[in-house]
Amino acid sequence: MDQRPPISRRNLILGTAAAFGVPAVLAACGGSEQPSPGAAATGGLGTVTLGSNASDEVPKKSLATVVGNFTQAGVRINTVDHNTFQENINRYLRGTPDDVFTWFAGYRMQFFAEQGLATDISDVWQEIGGDYTQAFKDASTGTDGKQYFIPFTYYPWAVFYRKSVWEEKGYEPPRTLDELTALAKRMRGDDLVPIAFADKDGWPAMGTFDIINMRTNGYDFHISLMAGKESWTDPRVKQVFDTWRGLLEYHQPASLGRTWQEAAQSLAQKKSGMYLLGMFVAQQFPEEDLDDLDFFTFPEINPAHGTDSIDAPIDGYMVSAKAKNVDGAKALVKHLAQASSQNVATELDPGTLAASSKADTSGYSALQKRGAELVSQASHIAQFLDRDTRPDFASTVMIPSLQSFIDKPGEVDSLLASIEQQKANIFR
Amino acid sequence: MAVRTRRYSARDVTVLVIGLGVAVIVNVGLIWGPTLASVALSATDWNGFGPIEWIGGRNYADLAGEYPPFWSAVRNNVLWLVFLGLVATPFGLFCAVLLDRRLRGSRVYQSALYMPVVLSLAVVGFIAQLVYSHDYGVLNAVTGLSVDWLGDRSVNIWVVMVAAAWRHVGYVMIIYLAGLKAVDPALKEAAAIDGANERQTFFRVVFPTLRPVNVIVLVITVIEALRAFDIVYAINKGRNGLELLSVLVTENIVGEASRIGFGSAIAVILLVISLGFIVTYLSQLFREER
Repeated sequence: MDQRPPISRRNLILGTAAAFGVPAVLAACGGSEQPSPGAAATGGLGTVTLGSNASDEVPKKSLATVVGNFTQAGVRINTVDHNTFQENINRYLRGTPDDVFTWFAGYRMQFFAEQGLATDISDVWQEIGGDYTQAFKDASTGTDGKQYFIPFTYYPWAVFYRKSVWEEKGYEPPRTLDELTALAKRMRGDDLVPIAFADKDGWPAMGTFDIINMRTNGYDFHISLMAGKESWTDPRVKQVFDTWRGLLEYHQPASLGRTWQEAAQSLAQKKSGMYLLGMFVAQQFPEEDLDDLDFFTFPEINPAHGTDSIDAPIDGYMVSAKAKNVDGAKALVKHLAQASSQNVATELDPGTLAASSKADTSGYSALQKRGAELVSQASHIAQFLDRDTRPDFASTVMIPSLQSFIDKPGEVDSLLASIEQQKANIFR
Repeated sequence: MAVRTRRYSARDVTVLVIGLGVAVIVNVGLIWGPTLASVALSATDWNGFGPIEWIGGRNYADLAGEYPPFWSAVRNNVLWLVFLGLVATPFGLFCAVLLDRRLRGSRVYQSALYMPVVLSLAVVGFIAQLVYSHDYGVLNAVTGLSVDWLGDRSVNIWVVMVAAAWRHVGYVMIIYLAGLKAVDPALKEAAAIDGANERQTFFRVVFPTLRPVNVIVLVITVIEALRAFDIVYAINKGRNGLELLSVLVTENIVGEASRIGFGSAIAVILLVISLGFIVTYLSQLFREER
């Protein structure tokens, strides 16, 4: 349910098979154990275990390479299927977690830090703090003001398009909602699907909600709404859905039966004009077309907020509270916090950006450079709906509700009342 | 007890304790224990750890009143049962009867119909996506339609049930085929001599002798309908029109959500529905034995 790199159909079947083997995983969450290249030469700090959800080929390879360069301690990587890891995180952290584990910044990190399941790594931050912007530090900070998270890579959400198509038709990136609507109208006249869209998996529509809410009501309201502190029946929320409904007629129809990969394909095949998605959309483009892919940030809706916020989920690492080798774990996360480590990952996976400000951007593709520029201009970075709120609220309330909105955009009032009621049942 | 009655030797008692005791422990530990625990948990608010808060019937009230997927799931489970029971199972019987007549190439038909049974429903789900996908599916490509088979809530449950029935038909067929082979041909001959036509022979003579098989098929059908899960989960995680009670239980309990109490309440509803069928079936069974 999280936005994640695409998986081939074969991997999907394997992953599903793994998911159905859940009971076996529940107890230990210990998937395949493989010593990294560095494990043989145990350094001065013993052995550190690293729980990883990087089950897809590219992230797995990049993590193994990064860890291979770590010499202070031996590292044993336990890789678990991405979704399985996420779904079992509670049991995993309460049971016998690895010393270091992959996780997400923001609310999802705070949720576990608050319950005492993570080790405070403020001392590591004193050494690496200078390498990160304030926005990244905030995203790594728990509600108690201490740091619990090391940002590793991230990717921004934006509206993607093919330069060649836009040049041919003479389209210009819109700067306001009216311009976006006018552009969409023009595209429809040119026999293009204006906005590619897919929500079969439930999460992509969250990106649309996030951005319209942040453009309309600002970052602070968005985060407060996500934290359950605002009412969903508030006219400001209704305004978001009204705006969205206005745009929905320009969205690709039959979206509830489509995966984001299929929607991205329609963009790649020049059948649709633009697509709001994370930068991982690039993975659906053949190598030779990557240079043709560009993006603009979602246009301004309310001048008071301009385009000051975006979704840019950060992936990174935490040290578990039950870590056996705390010194080794801290040394490892410090290694992961280095720009050189993150550059290994950004080189192997063109859909991600390095979190460190010191990262060498000369090796970036044109798209990565633009992405880094976009994020540096944003004054607020949200983590994406399902990372900014309680997981139970995101998966059992928001996914069905947004799908129901897409199905029946006219019934906003009853939908919002229902979300508010369910929210009250969960946030109590 | 052994001392008082003097009828059981120490060895008998040991055997009894081991024989009965193990069964009782397994039964209580693996079936009754978890069942009662679910019922108890359904009256609590619990996230899997930390304090368990007792909230009485509030989960049930929330379910029925404020959780839209719930009624959708109940409706779908009932539809599933009715569809398998009234469409797929009779069709499986029909196929079995035809195949039993030793048509030319009946082995080929038999294999073709039975083939899907070896696939897990999750795999059937993946195949269904290749057929029904709006953009790339075979069905739209061949018919020239542009129906969103899997995304449109008013049609998706039906096409998914067709995919599930595709597998169920083969299953039912093979069981009936075995049953039909076991019917004494002398019965059919006698019926023919008495002047019964084909239809009468089947409904009045053959079908009643299939009674034990019918019971098995009925039980299988009910079980298949109540445990349906993998096919919708493979298609869209059981959302947007494809909700099923089993999926909601999983979604709430197993996933990151960890709404153990709420999920248990859904599980209890599923238990009550299952119990309805089990009690009916058992009471039928016992009445006959008497």
